[in-house]
Formats: sequence, C-alpha cells, structure tokens
Amino acid sequence: MDLELTEEQTFFVETTRRFLEAESGIAAVRDLEHDPVGYDPKVWARGAELGWTTLLVSEADGGGSFSGHGLLDLVLVAEEMGRVVSPGPLVPVNVVADALSRLGSPEQKAEVLPGLLSGERVGAWCGTRPVSGRADGDDLVLSGTCGPVEAGGQADHLLVAVEHDGGCSQVLVPAGMTGLKVTQLSGVDLARRFADVRFDDVVVPGDAVVGPRGEAAVEVEHALRVACTLQCAESTGIIDKVFALTLEYLGDRYSFGRPLSSYQALKHRVADDKVTLEACHAIATAAARAVADDAPDAGEVVSAAKAWIGPRATEMIQDCVQLHGGIGVTWEHDLHLYLRRATVNRATHGTPEFHAERVAATKLGASA
Amino acid sequence: MSNDTTVDTVAPDDIESVDAFRARLRAWLPDNLPPIPDGAVERTDERWEHERVLQRRLWDGGFAGIRVPRAYGGLGLTAEHTRVFNEETAAYDLPFSLNVPTLGILLATLVDAGTHEQKLRHIPAILKGEELWVQFLSEPSGGSDLAGCLTRADRDGDLFMLNGSKIWSSGAYSADYAMCLARTNWDVPKHRGLTMFIVKIHQPGVTVEQIRQTDGSTEFCQEFFDDVPIPVGDVVGEIDDGWSVANRLLVHERMAVGGGSPYTVGRNSKQEVGDEGAELIGLVRSRGLTHDSHARQLLAEASVRTMVGKALVERITTGMTTGAMPGSAGSLMKLYGAEAVIRRAEIGVELAGEDGVTWPTGSETAGARLGQYSLGRQGAALGGGSNEIQRNIISERLLGMPREAAADRDIPYRDVRRTGGR
Repeated sequence: MDLELTEEQTFFVETTRRFLEAESGIAAVRDLEHDPVGYDPKVWARGAELGWTTLLVSEADGGGSFSGHGLLDLVLVAEEMGRVVSPGPLVPVNVVADALSRLGSPEQKAEVLPGLLSGERVGAWCGTRPVSGRADGDDLVLSGTCGPVEAGGQADHLLVAVEHDGGCSQVLVPAGMTGLKVTQLSGVDLARRFADVRFDDVVVPGDAVVGPRGEAAVEVEHALRVACTLQCAESTGIIDKVFALTLEYLGDRYSFGRPLSSYQALKHRVADDKVTLEACHAIATAAARAVADDAPDAGEVVSAAKAWIGPRATEMIQDCVQLHGGIGVTWEHDLHLYLRRATVNRATHGTPEFHAERVAATKLGASA
Repeated sequence: MSNDTTVDTVAPDDIESVDAFRARLRAWLPDNLPPIPDGAVERTDERWEHERVLQRRLWDGGFAGIRVPRAYGGLGLTAEHTRVFNEETAAYDLPFSLNVPTLGILLATLVDAGTHEQKLRHIPAILKGEELWVQFLSEPSGGSDLAGCLTRADRDGDLFMLNGSKIWSSGAYSADYAMCLARTNWDVPKHRGLTMFIVKIHQPGVTVEQIRQTDGSTEFCQEFFDDVPIPVGDVVGEIDDGWSVANRLLVHERMAVGGGSPYTVGRNSKQEVGDEGAELIGLVRSRGLTHDSHARQLLAEASVRTMVGKALVERITTGMTTGAMPGSAGSLMKLYGAEAVIRRAEIGVELAGEDGVTWPTGSETAGARLGQYSLGRQGAALGGGSNEIQRNIISERLLGMPREAAADRDIPYRDVRRTGGR
C-alpha cells in the first residue's frame, strides 16, 4: 500500500477493511466453492455503494474518486480484497466501467453504466487478444475465442477487442447474443470464476463499438495496464496478510522449549520474505502511480510489477507454508486460499515471462 | 537519540523557490561542470583530485550541500530541490564518489551528533571538497561484531592515545579524516565502553595499507594506529557512548548505500543503475543475442530489479522520513541492494559468456568488466554489514523477533572470550 495516503483514503481503507471482514471474510470463500456465481451479489452491491465500482468513472457519469486519481483509490480496494481473498468481479467491472465512461456513447452509458455502478449488473473484459472480425455494412461479424475471461459467465455485457479492416476496435457485446457461447471453466481459485468465450459469427451492430472504430489498440493497452495494476495490488494484499499470519504463528508456536521465532534459520527467511513483501508494495505502488499519471514509462513499470510480483508472491506463500509446517498443507488452514488466488493472479493478464518480454522489447526492440 | 533522519527546515517563505533554483542551475551548469565522461570511471588519484575540484565548483556556484543546514554552510533546501538538481545535472560530471561515504554517511553523522564547533570546523570544509571522510569501524578481529572493538583509546590528560587497527575502510588512503570507534572503558559491557573520535588520517602514528581485492581493485584499506594523540575536543557524542553514534552512522550508511540519503546528490557512482543497464544491452547486441528469448528474459530481469530497487528506496525513504518506519528499515534497502548486485553480476556473467573470461589485450570491453566484477560481487553482501547481520536487524529490530543469544551480554568487556584466546 502507498505510504502517502490522504486522510480520506485512509478512512476509505478502514471502511473497506471493516466491511470485508464483517461481510466477506476468508471463511466466505470456502462457502462459495461450489457456488456457480462465485460471489454473493448482495455483498457485491453493498461494496458498490462503498465505491468499488465508481472510482474510475467520471462524476458526470455518476462516479468520482477520493484523491482525484481514481486508480490510486481503487488499488486500495484491490489490496483489501486480497487480504481476505474476497470474491467479486473487481477487475472486469472496473475495466469495463472505465472504458465506457471515457469512450462510450451516451446511449451505451445510459444502458450499461447505471447497472455496473450499482453492482446489479456485471461486465466482463475479454482481454488483450482480439477476436477476428469482418465488416458487413455497418455491422461487425465476430469469430474466435477468448479466455480465460473473469466473470465471463456472470456478465451481462462483454467488452471484447476485435481485429478488422487492418485496425482494432473494442465492442460491447450483450450476453445471450446468437452465436455467443460462454463456457464456465474449472480452476484453482475456489471463488473466482473464469469462462471461455466463443464467438461464432456473432453479428453486432456498429453502435456497439466503444470509442473510435478501428483505433482501439491504445485503449486495449490501457485496459491491460488497469487490470494488471489492480491485480498486483491484490497480490500484494495477499502476501501482506500471509506474512503477518506467519510472523504471528512463529511467535506463538513452541518447539524444543522455545518459540519458532527464536531460531535464526527461520528469522533469516522471514527477513528475506519481508524484503520481498516491501519490494512488492513498492513496485505495485509505482505501477499504480505511473498508470494514474499516464507516465511515459507506465507500460514498462506495470510490466515490471507483473513480472516481479507474480512469481515472488507464490514463492513467498509457499515459504510461509513451509514455515507453518504440516498444518500449512491442510485444507483446513487458510493458507491455500491465499495461495490459490496468488497463483491465478500470476498466470492471468499475462505471465511473468510475457511481461518480462515487454520490458525487454522497450530496451531491445521487438523480438524477431 | 531518535531514529528518524533530522534535516533542519527553514520557513518556506525564506527559501529559494524550486523554479528559481532550477533556472539558476541551468544558467550555471554549462560553463562550470564538464559533461559526464564516457565509459567507466575508475577511482584513481587523479579522479579523486578531480572530484575535489568539482565539489569546490559546486560550492563556489552556491549548489553544495542542498539539504545541509545553512548554519554549517549548506543551502537548507528541500528534497524537491535535490530532485531538480539530479534532473538537471544528469548529463554532467559530478563528484560521485563524495556521496558515499563522505556526504551521505560522515557529514550526516556530524550533523546529527557533532558538537557545534565540530560542525563549523568540518562541514563547510567538506562542502568545499577540502575534506574527504571515511569511517574506521570494522576490525581485523571480526567485522560483524562491530561493538566487539579492540582498538583502544586511553585517556591522558586532554588527549586520548589511540592504538590498534581498523580495516575495510574504502578509499582511506585518499581521505583526510575518519570517524573512528575505539574502546575507552574495559570494565563495562561491550556496548557501553566505546567512544567515537574524529581522527586526522595523514599524521605520524597512522599507517594506511591498501588491500588488493579479488577484482584487482585496491580501494579497501587497513589502518594501524601507534600512539596517535586525539584531543578530547574530537570526541563525537559522549565519552563511552560511541555506540549510539555508531548506530546513527549505520542508519545513514544503509540509507546512503541504498540511495536514500538526504545529503547525497546524483548517483553514488558513475557506474550505477542506468549505465549498467546500457552495458548489458550493449553486450546482448554485440553477442548477437538480440532475438534470443533467454537473453531477453535475463536482460528484462536486470531491468526489473533496477526499477523495483528504485521504487523500494523511495518507499523506505518515505517511510523513514514520515516516521511510518523505524531506522532499522534501512536494512531492507541494504539487503535488497546486495541481492540485486549478486543477481545482476550473475546475469552479466551469463550474458557475457566467453567474452566475460577472455578479451583482447588492452581493450576495456563490457564483457571484461562484467566478468571481473562478478568475482568480487559478494563484497556488496559483506560491506556495510553482511547480509546475515542485515537479516538479524530486520527480524529482531524491525519485526520484533527474539534476539540471538549473546555470550558477551552484561559482562565487562575485559572478561569476554575473543578470537585467539584473550
């Protein structure tokens, strides 16, 4: 978490933390294991009242931020959700709401934004890999597959990138259109649901295009940066909590007549984990600030954060499992819930290797 | 003594505005500082003299000691002024080597713990480039157990007589003064019988020997003291309370080495950060690895580590300045930095391949530099407190885990067992 928060932001963090602990604590994740939706829509709607869906949206469109930089407020929510592995479609809903608020037509905004902002409706973002499209008059005909798409099966609208006529457009597709097939996937996270989304000649009207037709490449990149920034904040929240749990456990647990925390072999590993934790906080904060400011190197910093945090978060949780001993590999203990979320975050929205390659490309130019 | 860094502040309406500062600097730079030299900058005698001259020019131009209190010859300005200075001077040659240890560690400790008279005597001289400083802390008998110091200073009227030996002082042969920790009381437990002194290096009784290191450099020194007289007025802090001064110094050391000192400007060395990235990029290109995905991943890792390091320094520095983190948090930067050096050295070796172990005679190739650099890489994990000591500090002082058992606690130091018997 950013060490330089405003008073309002600090209050927002406290409110969010209290709400999550009371309404959506870590135990709630276990209850959702077999729930097809993967989150409690009532809790999500109440979260929306706290501001979880509106921070990237302009005031004119019914949103607003605390700090003037909505993303710097929203990463606070992501981090708090990480601390309790909260379900809820934070990334997809905010990416879609952000795109609509900045680029949507008045009709698109009127039809979709109110439901997204109130938490009654869900939007899904189909990622950076475009499906192929062909123009048929004003219409676009979409074919191809996207996935894994978070909340794809729960979404009322899907924001999808389409390659057509030598350019790229973003299109808002309502769920249930002819030729659109959404298949729920199984996965590592107990609550967060992903789907494969398939387009078989789905015909969408020209007024479904969000923003300038054929010129969405920069917008797709922006969506990726927002998604990765939120994901990095969530993973950092996860390891912050896991680290605290582990430190407490080592102090409470005795072996050979002394607390585990008195063994230098363990103290030194905890020290290394603390360095990792603070480094993750630091680069996650740097990424959020760079994207919020639209800094020239924002894409590079975000990718650095993704490449850095992904593998370190999972490795650190595994180390904390080791420090816990046998209890750490049981279903009963919460550690695996954190590990599951961090593992999913590592692999989605681009693997660490994918993002490292993006960093390399800024230094060396694109690979052949 | 508080743990946070104290920099005196002046009423905001009384200081040069950031914009005025920038304009004045821009006008001054082209005629007064040379451009940054190409290639590596070795710390030769000529380079040391050159850096003294550069520091003197900064002083004459009114740009030395941006955050140093005005009472002691500094400008008493803010972090924002330093940021602007660093931005504007990026293409110019600066006295990089003065940052650590002179400005970031010793001047900082003087500001915190020196007497008014000591500050008046030394701080302006440092800012003029007339005095380079080093620290005499570690001893041949053991570096990590700093308080287990055997160098002694025995009181003789208004003097202390210094005897013993110090080691691992970087650049002592070309420096003028040192802060030296010595035992002044053997009848109390080890931390309570130490005193910090200001020692003039080039004087009878002080012998400085350079130590050749694995990478061939001779920057580190060992010093021998043979009845060196030190006036009582050169005691820093209280007699027998040198340990608090040493701790203050160590906090500054961790901040300065990590790049988070309020008193340093520009980079800590010409080779730092950006250039090292450029060197690796050059190597990837020259070895035809531009399209090799493994090489690209390695290069990206080095770059990511640099970005993360920068963000971490900013975070910890903010935390320490606002009081959100204690001084011991500096060890997080120190440990991260050492691990980053080790990993970057390894990446250099991997990318350099054969070019890192053989090169055309007489040519200074990137491969040659990286290959040799890696031989001494562990120095980063040893100097300024080993990684193991940093891990102790983080776990015990920062995280509150139980302290290691110590056989020398609460025992008069003369009764403590030492290497080689008593």
